[in-house]
Parts: sequence; structure tokens; C-alpha cells
Amino acid sequence: MSPQPLATIDDARRAVLDALVDVAPDLEGTDIPPEAELQADLGLDSMDFVNLVAALSEQLEADIPERDYSLLDTVEACATYLRDRAEVR
Amino acid sequence: MPSLGADMTAGKLVSWHVKPGDAVKRGDIVATVDTSKAEIDIEIFEDGTIGELLVGEGERVPVGAVLATVNGGPRPAAAREPAATREPAAAREPEPAPRPPPAHEPEPAHEPAAAREPAAGRRPASPLARRTAADLGVALDHVTGSGPDGAILVRDVRVPAAGAEPDRATTMRLAIAAAMARSKREIPHYYLGTTIDLEPALTWLAERNAQRPVAERILPAVLMLKAVALACRQHPAFNGFWIDDAFEPGPGVHLGAAISLRAGGVIAPAIHDADRLDLDALMAALRDLVRRARSGGLRSSELTDPTLTVTNLGDGGVPTVHGVIYPPQVALVGFGSIAERPWAAGGMLGTRRAVEATLAADHRATDGISGAAFLNAIDRLLQTPEQL
Repeated sequence: MSPQPLATIDDARRAVLDALVDVAPDLEGTDIPPEAELQADLGLDSMDFVNLVAALSEQLEADIPERDYSLLDTVEACATYLRDRAEVR
Repeated sequence: MPSLGADMTAGKLVSWHVKPGDAVKRGDIVATVDTSKAEIDIEIFEDGTIGELLVGEGERVPVGAVLATVNGGPRPAAAREPAATREPAAAREPEPAPRPPPAHEPEPAHEPAAAREPAAGRRPASPLARRTAADLGVALDHVTGSGPDGAILVRDVRVPAAGAEPDRATTMRLAIAAAMARSKREIPHYYLGTTIDLEPALTWLAERNAQRPVAERILPAVLMLKAVALACRQHPAFNGFWIDDAFEPGPGVHLGAAISLRAGGVIAPAIHDADRLDLDALMAALRDLVRRARSGGLRSSELTDPTLTVTNLGDGGVPTVHGVIYPPQVALVGFGSIAERPWAAGGMLGTRRAVEATLAADHRATDGISGAAFLNAIDRLLQTPEQL
């Protein structure tokens, strides 16, 4: 996936949802609310999660260190993280 | 129609990837088949030229039915698949019936389909299936049997009567039910567990991952898989199959990685020769397998080859899993969640990150003392992660 704009929270949400459907194609077409928890609500396992982080890192064009993984627990949290990191890049 | 596991009795041919006259070689994907669990790409096990396609797209046929003929080989192609030596799971698909039906025998007859075709008139069907068909007004001529010798069972009659094919969740449930019921009926399980200190492994892994971009980092689950694979080399009695009252060692260490599907159900395709892959290759193999389990594209050999299944329920947040062995395998290794636990050593009490490793094993094949040695080997291997 080529990097997308991440300037606004809406851009970032869209980027997260695209990345999600890319790593978990079986989620395509399902309703994914921003507050959905990646593991408990969307059923991502640890392999899906690292694939998602890799996709987000690609969007961001920057590394996401392992210590930040705990910040990425919901769709909204991922979007906020992307936007905040994109601001300083 | 090859058997793609203990839970498969029939399959639907979704699409052909070859046509008559096409040259094929061993390993080529010739068709896609819908088992009740997933759409699987079927590999051919011999070189030759496709003769005739005997099953049409959309048709559902029992395991053992001939799908196509291949010229240049002495026997019908599909019929050979279960016989191939590297196909132990497919070869021994004995139903719990007292006498295995011809379709499931390790060495299929030269013309299994023709041999099984009823001479004329009355199709093989169970009495209950006949009665149900009569009640529902279903003509047995239009029903595909999924029982031994293609016999029509009551479930085959009810499907068309309901007006539509059952959905994936339903068929997946039935497939798991069949395999797990058979496992608990036939396999005298025994269970062992041990708590493994993961502090050295996780510390080593965090340092290693910190130096790498996201895409090249590896998961703790991969360390555990590799430790199990190496332990299998030291304890081959847990890596293989129980067939006809005897243990048959696996031809390699092909670990079945249990993958939960979000729509429900679980599938455990093989990582071939997991003991010979380095950690990066093993991570790549697992990543690829999970992706294809989710989106389709698993290959037939991946479903039939596992010699030992590993289930990792760490993501489920439970400390312990007592597994059910996938027949005809003889063992299953389970890992629970990794968590910080109180840890007493040398008269001191501290905390360590640890995981509960469990073994469910077939008591016909092994005894508790060798199971304990196998689990302890996994533990030991995880204490020197740099050697995995």
C-alpha cells in the first residue's frame, strides 16, 4: 500500500481501516467502529497485529518501535498515533 | 478427491486449473476444492498429461472419487494422491467403521470410482436417509452421498431439502465435530504440563527486534514453534502417526500451526520442515500461512502433512490449554498466555515472564515419562534462544 495523507484524524482513520482490511481480508465489509478493540472486538491475533503494525509503519514511512505496541489497542488509538507521529515527521 | 484431513468425508470441486491435454508436473495446482473448512488448492502428485476431467465444477463428491485421469501415469491421478508416501494423513483416513471403506484405504484400488459405483438401480443409502428422503420427497438419484462407498447419509438428504447449501460456519463446525469426536473416541489422551521461564528468550528477542524494522521482527510464538520442532528431533516418538495399531514416524518435522478463524473454527496447516528453518524463515512461513488461512489459497499438502500440531492460545488470554489430538497424529503441544508470574529460585522469590506448555499425547504411542522428557526438552531449548 502506498502512503496516504495522515494530516487529519479522518485521514488517519481511513489509513488504519485500509491497513486493517489488508491484513485481515475477512473483515472487509464489516462495520468497524473507531472504538473497536483490535484483539477483543476484531479478533486480531498477534500475527495479524504485527502485520497491521507493519502496514501502519509503511503508511507512516517511519519505524514503530515495539515499546509503542501497547498504545495501539483500538482503531481510534492507531489513528491518533499515526496522526501525531505524522505531525512531527 | 483427496482426503485433506481426518475431518473430511467429501469435497466440492470449485474450479479446474487445467484442461484435457495440459502437461502437468508433480506439485502443480490442478484444481481448487472446497472442503467443509476452506477452499484448498489441490496439488498433483505425478507428472503427465491431463486426460479427462471426470468431475464438473460445482460438483460435490466423496473422498476417494476420481477427479481426472492423467496420461503417462499408471493409475488415475486423484486416486494416487492418498497413496503417495508423503501423504500419510490422507492415506490413512480410516473412518471409525470396523472395516475401513475402500475409498479410505492407504492403497486405493486401481479404479476406485468404478469399483464403488453401484451396479444399477438402488443407490447405497442408510435406512434413516431413505426414510427421511421419502418424508421430504427428495429423490435419492439427485443426492451425492458422503458416507463410505459414497453411501447416502441422512445429512446428505437434509441439505438439498433445506433449499440451500449450509454456510461455512455450519460445515466448519460439523468437520471439527467429526474429527474431534473421532479423536476422543479412539485416542486415549494423557496430559502433562510445565511452566517454562521465558525471561531469557523474551529479553533476547526484544533486543533482536529492537534492531529491526517492523516487518522483520519475530513473535515469541515463533521461538516456541522452533523449540518444539527441535525437540521433535530428539523425541521422534511424538512426531508422526498412529495407524493400524502401530506408530509411524513422520517423514519430517511438519508442524501443524493451529490458526483460529474469525468466522469461527480452526485450521492447522503444516509448516514443512520447521526444524530446518531459521527463525526469520519460520516467521515468514507462519505469516504466510496465517494470511492464506484467512484469505484462501492453502495447498492440499499443507492440510495433509502435519506430523504434530502446536496450538498457541496466548492471544486468548488463558494460561493453560489441554488440547485434543488431531488424528492420526499422536500428540499436540499447547502454549497459554505469556505472563509475569511469581518465581521461586535459590531460596528467593521474584517474578519472571513465563508460559505454561502442555502436552496432550496418545497413550497408545507413548508413555508419560517420555512425554515429560519431550516437554523438558522444549523448556531447555527455550533457555538458549540464540541457538534456536
